[in-house]
Amino acid sequence: MLVLENIVWTLPTGGDILKGVNLEIPDGKLTVITGPNGGGKTSLAKIISGVETPTSGHIILNGEDITEFDVTQRARRGIGYAFQQPVRFKGLTVRSLLELAAGESLSEPALCGLLGKVGLCARDYIDREADASLSGGEIKRVEIATLLARRNLSLAVFDEPEAGIDLWSFSGLIDVFQQLKKDSGPSMLIISHQERILQIADNIVVIADGKVRMSGAGGEVLPMLLEGEMSSQCPIHEMKGRDCL
Amino acid sequence: MNAITEKLLGMISDWKGAFQGAYNIREDGQCAGRQSSDNIRIENKPDAPGLIIHIAPGTKGETVYIPACVTHSNVDDVVYNEFYVGAEADVEIVAGCGVHSDGEEDARHNGIHSFYLKQGAHVVYKEKHIGTGTGQGLRKIDPITSCVLEADSVLEMDTTQIGGVDRTTRKTVAKVADRAKLVIRERLMTDGEETAKTEFEVDLNGQDSGVDLISRSVARDSSQQEYRSIIRGNNRCTGHSECDAILVGNGKVSAAPELFAGNLDAALIHEAAIGKIAGEQILKLRTLGLTEEEAEEKIIEGFLKG
Repeated sequence: MLVLENIVWTLPTGGDILKGVNLEIPDGKLTVITGPNGGGKTSLAKIISGVETPTSGHIILNGEDITEFDVTQRARRGIGYAFQQPVRFKGLTVRSLLELAAGESLSEPALCGLLGKVGLCARDYIDREADASLSGGEIKRVEIATLLARRNLSLAVFDEPEAGIDLWSFSGLIDVFQQLKKDSGPSMLIISHQERILQIADNIVVIADGKVRMSGAGGEVLPMLLEGEMSSQCPIHEMKGRDCL
Repeated sequence: MNAITEKLLGMISDWKGAFQGAYNIREDGQCAGRQSSDNIRIENKPDAPGLIIHIAPGTKGETVYIPACVTHSNVDDVVYNEFYVGAEADVEIVAGCGVHSDGEEDARHNGIHSFYLKQGAHVVYKEKHIGTGTGQGLRKIDPITSCVLEADSVLEMDTTQIGGVDRTTRKTVAKVADRAKLVIRERLMTDGEETAKTEFEVDLNGQDSGVDLISRSVARDSSQQEYRSIIRGNNRCTGHSECDAILVGNGKVSAAPELFAGNLDAALIHEAAIGKIAGEQILKLRTLGLTEEEAEEKIIEGFLKG
């Protein structure tokens, strides 16, 4: 279980991004964080993965205080993070990235399996560089695949995994999340506005203006988001057309 | 041959105790072994130190190895090698040079290679350079490569300087005829106080001729690099050059690519990027469990492999 205790994050320039977030991410569950743009969702994901360090508060993973752990240490404790805007590498191939994520060499069938889950035809991609020659949607899918390649993952954090992914692949992605749940895979924390992702959530947390505004079982929170007063603050998107964005 | 040569051969060529097919091993300015094949004849150059390599027309699938090693200081080895590749031949040439010095004086190899590709010939040329040893003397490698590509021929050059070379000045000159293609992949890494200069001069003289030149380099510590290139489009042709460099520590890189279009239908492009490793790249690999140092190494390794 991951526990966030009174997390505050203030920018060096003075802006308060997170204003005392208290949250529990239970084991084996899919938790979705949603809320209006600029509310602090991505900042929270970065704080959890160690990309950013909180100004105050504590992060407890399975009873261990990891607040002072850096990104590498947290990754080695089993926290994985798929960036909202994936990084490109001139020279590093898709195969290299996936093997670095897995911590070992991967056979072609294993690479095919990983890339197939995110809707990419492996043979067309494994030896391509993860650089600007890949489209936004392609690099996003590779980014998600790096998380799926990780071994001994206890918490997988996906930051807007649907961004830039076409409808067909999005459906596949939903299947991947559901399969991970079914296989008792890692706990999942997904930052998303997408209704279909919210629909498969065990728990939903709404963050706005740097604070947790609502949290609870998905079946209870989602109707309130769609119909209640939060709906005006929290835009929920349905997938329409071929592309999400 | 001595043990240092054997070690260097392992680093710069496919040496596993023997070469298959045609080869010539140069050790400290002397021949340490030579073999011709039915299709590839290797002879001494009559007027200067070096070799003349004749590759018969239509030769397919053969590899010729022409490595050179300098194994101690106070050697200044100059060699002139000429490669005549017959029409429609399709071969691989593995060259490369290792310079080892444990002494106070400099050790230098200067390989001047001339390639003449006849119509329709296809050559893959691989060249690795490395310096080893603990001596104070400088390890220098100064290759000059001249290429004449006749119509419909293709020359793919893959050159790598792995490390340990204190000074290098590399010059490549090419003239490309109708429908011929020149592909160059250069990878260069310098560290410490090393310096590297690399220069390309390509004349696209033939109709529909082309060049694709990609140079990737890493300058670490206080090392310095200079990149110069000029592509002249003298006919309807396509030219692409790209020089990317990563700076680590106090490394310095100067890049001056030049394009000249002397024909309305010459299509020439240049791309260049110099900078340190992006922080986001290191961060991404750290989220996979790598340390900062491991991430930097992997990024550099991939960059130079690509």
